[in-house]
Amino acid sequence: MDSVDRDIINGLQGGFPVCEHPFRETAARFGIEEAELISRIQQLQQEGFISRFGPMYHAERLGGGLTLAAMAIAERDFGRVTRIVNAYPEVAHNYRREHEFNMWFVLATESPARIDSVIREIERQTGYLVYNMPKLEEFFIGLKFEV
Amino acid sequence: MASASAKPVPRLDIVMSEATVYRPDEKDLLIIEATQGGLPVSPTPYHDIAEALDMDPEDVMQRVRTMQEHGVIRRIGIVPNHYKLGYTANGMSVWDVDDRHIRELGRKIGRLDFVSHCYHRPRHLPEWPYNLFAMVHGRNRDEVFSKVKTIADMLGDARREYQVLFSTEILKKTGLRLS
Repeated sequence: MDSVDRDIINGLQGGFPVCEHPFRETAARFGIEEAELISRIQQLQQEGFISRFGPMYHAERLGGGLTLAAMAIAERDFGRVTRIVNAYPEVAHNYRREHEFNMWFVLATESPARIDSVIREIERQTGYLVYNMPKLEEFFIGLKFEV
Repeated sequence: MASASAKPVPRLDIVMSEATVYRPDEKDLLIIEATQGGLPVSPTPYHDIAEALDMDPEDVMQRVRTMQEHGVIRRIGIVPNHYKLGYTANGMSVWDVDDRHIRELGRKIGRLDFVSHCYHRPRHLPEWPYNLFAMVHGRNRDEVFSKVKTIADMLGDARREYQVLFSTEILKKTGLRLS
């Protein structure tokens, strides 16, 4: 990864144009040609520096349900509960964190009502409580992660 | 690695109104389905999508623009992989903040360039007293802690308890499936 790659990652986290030749329109900003921008992004994707390239959709705006849920699981049950939770296609991300609340997952469902039913099913299958922490407000200022 | 120059200008106070729900029609849903995993990295990505869906490219691009205007598409671009880029410490800082000040403070915290997500979420008393969440990324835990200290100072008197929950394992990671 060189300084041009870093400029691309920093400069293209939003604002990719919607037109016939969007890379051509963007390349000049990084002082390179269209073909080079395309091959650099492909390379960054292949090497895993970029996890995604494209439109980021807003689930709730589409009428879907989205929430963050947490569980406090005893160490001896952690593997079993992980398998149950991860088996739900509605579970998009699941992280282990260092805390008594040691499992944190994002639920994305087709309808808001489905959130509650998935949570109840997980509680019934695992025997553990699920703490539902939907966002009440988002303080969103665009993505600005810099490398 | 971080450079002070060319910092994107923060877009202030884009707070979502949850009331507006855009109803995508069948063609929109096809576009969403085809692009939620990403755009083709090719000279004419929207035209490629249109061809795959047997749609008119102008129609596809117009629909993408409309979805952007309605906030259905938040933005179009790169999602960096923090871990791979060396930001291996991921701390979810959680704060018990006076409800009367949470909006004003949340907006300030969300504006910090090292906070990738910032939300007001419900407490679950007594086990979970925290109502403000701010995700902080750093190259190591010390870097995260020093950034968390900055947040603590900004919150001042409105702050009661807080904690930083570090992630130790990704148990599952897939893209959000929307349709």
